[in-house]
Amino acid sequence: MSEFEDPSVLPEINTPMNKKSALELREVNIFYSDNQAVKDVSFNIRRNRITAIIGPSGCGKSTLLRSLNRMNDFVEGARVEGELLFAKENLYGKDVDPVEVRRRIGMVFQKPNPFPKSIYNNIAWGPLINGYSDSTDELVEKSLKQAALWDEVKDRLHDSALNLSGGQQQRLCIARALAMEPEVLLMDEPCSALDPISTAHIEDLMFELKESYTIVIVTHNMQQAARISDYTAFMEMGDLIEFNVTKRIFTRPSVKRTEEYVTGRFG
Amino acid sequence: MSFSSESESISLARRHRKAKLFSIFCGMVTWSGVLLLAVLLYQVSIDGFRWLDWQFIDSFPSRFPERAGIKSALVGTIWLICLVALISIPVGVSTALYLEEFAGKGKISKIIEVNIANLAGVPSIVYGILGLAIFVRFMALERSLVSGALTMSLLILPVIIIASREAIKTVPMSIRYAAYSLGATKWQTAWAHVLPASFPGIMTGVILALSRAIGETAPLIMIGALTFVAFLPEGPMDSFTALPIQIYNWVSRPQQEFHELAAAGIIILLTVLLMMNATAIYIRNKTERRLK
Repeated sequence: MSEFEDPSVLPEINTPMNKKSALELREVNIFYSDNQAVKDVSFNIRRNRITAIIGPSGCGKSTLLRSLNRMNDFVEGARVEGELLFAKENLYGKDVDPVEVRRRIGMVFQKPNPFPKSIYNNIAWGPLINGYSDSTDELVEKSLKQAALWDEVKDRLHDSALNLSGGQQQRLCIARALAMEPEVLLMDEPCSALDPISTAHIEDLMFELKESYTIVIVTHNMQQAARISDYTAFMEMGDLIEFNVTKRIFTRPSVKRTEEYVTGRFG
Repeated sequence: MSFSSESESISLARRHRKAKLFSIFCGMVTWSGVLLLAVLLYQVSIDGFRWLDWQFIDSFPSRFPERAGIKSALVGTIWLICLVALISIPVGVSTALYLEEFAGKGKISKIIEVNIANLAGVPSIVYGILGLAIFVRFMALERSLVSGALTMSLLILPVIIIASREAIKTVPMSIRYAAYSLGATKWQTAWAHVLPASFPGIMTGVILALSRAIGETAPLIMIGALTFVAFLPEGPMDSFTALPIQIYNWVSRPQQEFHELAAAGIIILLTVLLMMNATAIYIRNKTERRLK
């Protein structure tokens, strides 16, 4: 693809098995029964960076994101072809246990979905079922601090998580995912159900998290993608139109379609 | 009304009248049911109330109405219901969980689904015949509490399964996805999140099903529960009688006194039922509140 040709900007982006990549997508095709939702998508997701996937509704960006931790397994008729390399292994390889994949690649969903349990148990449950045997107290505190929620909830850890506000619930879901210490964190429009203040909270949080995590975020909000991400993939109708450094996508994209989209001329 | 034309306001008035008529109709239907129940309760209390005392509860059946009591039937019913609950709840809930969470949505599960719905409509006497053939004769469990409980369990399983499935269906997928995304297996997800979240709905189904079991007579007669029992069952292999059978027996006697005893028996049966339901609703509300 022509947009990867500028070597000074993206030296490592298309080299196979780069040490700096957390995930590498090679000609990924995703089908829902007979419908093809994602077509021949290839790009690398860099470690400790935020990669945004943008595009109009129905372009396949959420589908692509869900394929990264095999959440598409639960969708009837969904089929993934191509290679999704994670730690040198194809996520869809025969010997790969999807449960193990999801343990290592966490996910935050569009709508906050805390368990109808206490704040504490929301966070401690994941590590406990995965055989975490130390005291969960510290882990809960650490995760909540990482998600910038600790100060707001430290006095009511055993209250129901459903009493929290929407923004707090979403940060709780982030804390819950972080408690698993995943290598990659997938976020599917994590702010779309939130007000601007909560959104700002979560964006700040993502900046801090990329020190230790690799983040992939799907977003409808182009300003958000421009603000927080290091790399941006623009998709349309299942095709990857352009993948590039975010700054370039938003200032001088190589493909005309991208320019039209990010400047708001369609979509 | 000033802002609508005359013809419009006439048709609006007609529509309002229709709505009102319909609500009156629904109200009447509802209240006629309640009224019938009230008449029944009134009749039963008038007939049976003077026989209700501790002596009645604490005596075995007798051919003398003054000495007759309901002890063996009451104890038998309590035994029966406990056994039925022990058998049918685990089997029913597990089946529902399997069908909803684990089984694919293929043809076979469709066939199973249709069959379960059909089984819910099979007359109870048919279950009685089945119980007689399988449990009493083939498995040689004799006319024991276990035979009765197994037969009753068969009878109410479809109800429990259908209600549990509906309850499990109402648990939002997002909760399951949340669990899966933390590296939970299907079983961990079902056990820790789906079951607790659907517990109130499952309890409702179980209450309804057990209430049906407590009042069923035909299958018990079929498998040969006794009508005159002057001892208490001491274990699940003992023969037994139950409240509806005792009531049926008293009603079918010619003497007026026995009819009144039957009424008293009905009051006891209703009380047991009410206590059971109250307990279950209490448990349900408590867990519901914990979830919110």
